[in-house]
Amino acid sequence: MTARQVAVYGAALAIAAWVALPLILITLAAFTPRDVLYQWPRPLWPSRFSLDTLLFFLRSTGVWPATLRSIQVAGLTIVLALALAAPAGYALARHAFRGREAVQLLILSVKMFPATVLSVPLAVVFIRWGLYDTVLGVAAVHTALSVPFVTAIVTSVFAGVSYELEEAAMTLGSSRVQAFVRVTLPMAAPGLAAAAIFTFVLSWNEVFAATILTLDRRTLPALIVDSVLGAGAPLPFRFAGGFCMVVPALVIIFLIRRYLLTLWGVTVR
Amino acid sequence: MTLADADLAAAPARPRVDWTPYLLVLPTLLFLGVFFLYPMVQAAWLAVADPAGGLTLAHLRRMAADLYFRPALRFTVTITALAVPLQVALGLAIALLVHSRFRGHGAFLYLTALPLGISDLAAGLIWLSIFTERGYLNAVLQRLGVIPHPVVFLTLERPGWLLGAIVTTEVWRATAIVMIILLAGLQLIPRDYAETAAVFGAGRWQTLRHVILPLLRPSLQTALIIRTILAFQLFATVVTLAGRQVPVLAGEAYFWYALYRSPHVASAYAVLILLLSGSVTWVYLRGLAPRAGEGGA
Repeated sequence: MTARQVAVYGAALAIAAWVALPLILITLAAFTPRDVLYQWPRPLWPSRFSLDTLLFFLRSTGVWPATLRSIQVAGLTIVLALALAAPAGYALARHAFRGREAVQLLILSVKMFPATVLSVPLAVVFIRWGLYDTVLGVAAVHTALSVPFVTAIVTSVFAGVSYELEEAAMTLGSSRVQAFVRVTLPMAAPGLAAAAIFTFVLSWNEVFAATILTLDRRTLPALIVDSVLGAGAPLPFRFAGGFCMVVPALVIIFLIRRYLLTLWGVTVR
Repeated sequence: MTLADADLAAAPARPRVDWTPYLLVLPTLLFLGVFFLYPMVQAAWLAVADPAGGLTLAHLRRMAADLYFRPALRFTVTITALAVPLQVALGLAIALLVHSRFRGHGAFLYLTALPLGISDLAAGLIWLSIFTERGYLNAVLQRLGVIPHPVVFLTLERPGWLLGAIVTTEVWRATAIVMIILLAGLQLIPRDYAETAAVFGAGRWQTLRHVILPLLRPSLQTALIIRTILAFQLFATVVTLAGRQVPVLAGEAYFWYALYRSPHVASAYAVLILLLSGSVTWVYLRGLAPRAGEGGA
């Protein structure tokens, strides 16, 4: 091994440990019995593991309905975001049209704007529109937040599927819509799935807008913030809550790892 | 694909406008109009509107006179100024490591990208398990014999520890975004550039400093803008680690809305965050623009 290799592997190991260690510790905390979490001296490795802490969290008032609601909001966000942004992404990939750059700039500005703080003025409007404290209201804001990411993936996916195949299908007698549905769509499906999955994470994780826009019908993150700020939730609740919020993320980042660069790799030139 | 692109570009302009792309982008534009542009106008209006329908500075004065206002502004700026440079430095290091394509770089990329899927709330709770009074840090210190009793780190009596915990959490969570943006930028730079520099006798550091970094400037700019703006929205990390001991702007917007029931002052905070973000973007775009007659930074 050369000195350079030693340096590269040493740095990689140190950084890997820095990222992984807190994840290991929260998992450990989530499976540590509740009484041990308050012991002093606090053991680093619990003598026994139990589901006590996790069950305490899952059985706390409101956690289960809030989890279901979070999934509902995320599901609705996926439907809305794909229905709106997929056609836009297709147009940006396949058509050269006047105003194309302005559209791209507007979409990009959502990503580069503190869009969640806009939920404060929206809350006032939502009360008037009957969207306050509803699944649809939160999903609408999450949809706006996810539009730039969905268009980015969809644009790159359709740019990668050759238009010639669609043209070939059309010369063989299918209409433009048929060619799209039978030829392009199946090839674009994995990318669209990645966009849907990413939208799920974005919505599942979003805290601020969900906290402002709901009151009784909290999503899971909004409920946790509420319990921490309002009710001073005990440590086991917080650790188990953190663990439950993270688990989907680990799976999802793995599923969409091929598209990570597309999601964020847009630069302003 | 390249051929299709060439065809598109080479096709003669048709006399008739093709409305298809406009129909395809219209739903998105309308939606963003209602849920993105409209609330921006609404925020500005709420911040200065009085009940009679006229204009007033009362809400802005109430915001500025509040005890929490100055600390919130100070803490938000301090945390941003500490966390963002660390995120960029560490993100660049990780991106360069991945880009060097050492054995196992795929697994390393997946691991370091994991925090992308972790919310500020979850990250705050994760680091709470380390920094809290009965947390892992105290357990380790006690095991090493440094302390007999647990130390309370997360209190304003120890502002250094409290801020340190928040900054650490932010760096741990948000470095991944910077890394991904920079890695995407690195992959756009043709490998021949670095090879050519090496042929002409440049060392690794010289190549990095005079070839790679200048070419990476657009990505660095994007990463800085996105990270700084997201840092101004800092909320859940601080709430979980410090409660209101460390007030921040987004947190105050929340408290004014949910606790004091004043959407007007809350909107004033929202407008302040928007203005801060806008001016920072402007500074980055100006400050990092290539100067005339100079290829790099």
